[in-house]
Amino acid sequence: MHNSESSLRSNTKRVRGLGSSHDGTGHWWLQRLTAGAMIPLSVWFTVQLVTHLIGADATAISAWLKNPLVAMALLIFVVSMFTHARLGVQVIIEDYVHCETKKIALLLFTNATVLVAGLACVFAIVRLHFIGA
Amino acid sequence: MTKAQSNRPLSPHLAIYRWQITNTLSILHRITGFGLTLGLIPLALWLYGAAYEPALFATASAIFASSIGKLALFAWTLAFYYHLANGLRHINWDMGKGFDLSEVTDSGHIVVVFALAMSILTWIIVLGKLGATHA
Repeated sequence: MHNSESSLRSNTKRVRGLGSSHDGTGHWWLQRLTAGAMIPLSVWFTVQLVTHLIGADATAISAWLKNPLVAMALLIFVVSMFTHARLGVQVIIEDYVHCETKKIALLLFTNATVLVAGLACVFAIVRLHFIGA
Repeated sequence: MTKAQSNRPLSPHLAIYRWQITNTLSILHRITGFGLTLGLIPLALWLYGAAYEPALFATASAIFASSIGKLALFAWTLAFYYHLANGLRHINWDMGKGFDLSEVTDSGHIVVVFALAMSILTWIIVLGKLGATHA
């Protein structure tokens, strides 16, 4: 209770809100929410890959994305997937990288990569839907 | 810096534990998750190429169609089915279910069999389709 040398208890006042990520519950919940969205969407996308998209040219992909429901489903899938990946990689970095400078640098790099690659997917889906290949 | 200040007890080091199915599948969840994340880059290049850069799309398609590309895609298929099934196992645990030792082992075996079977099944269909278009 009084921070005795071997106590397992932490000083609540000192620790509160200062977990490694500073927002554990939101992180945990968003990881589950995006996982839940991806359970049907990833299975759907796998079926679409196998039935429509393997070996398809850009015109065939844009024809597939002409259906607004398909475009919306793919957008939700891609956004969920990039969010889920970012959260997962964040935990890996926080678990294994103990140097604060390297940790922050890697987290920033992860965020930037996910943001650029995710936006590239979103732009591509929107363009293929509205304009075509 | 916290390590030097704190004299609180530490868990025994990882190396003292016997390697078994539970911890193997646990680290595999992380490894497959990271591998799937790496796969997002080629996915993004493929989609972006289809919409904006025909040359990029042609390169991406050629890499996917090559032997190494197919091998990578098979690895991603395996990682995907594994991460999906083991993710469902995690969600079940989140609801407080399936924690008996026998249940944890059984669900672990189911996940491995599911991932292997679905990956092989998927690629039988894929290779069948590719064979049909080339013939």
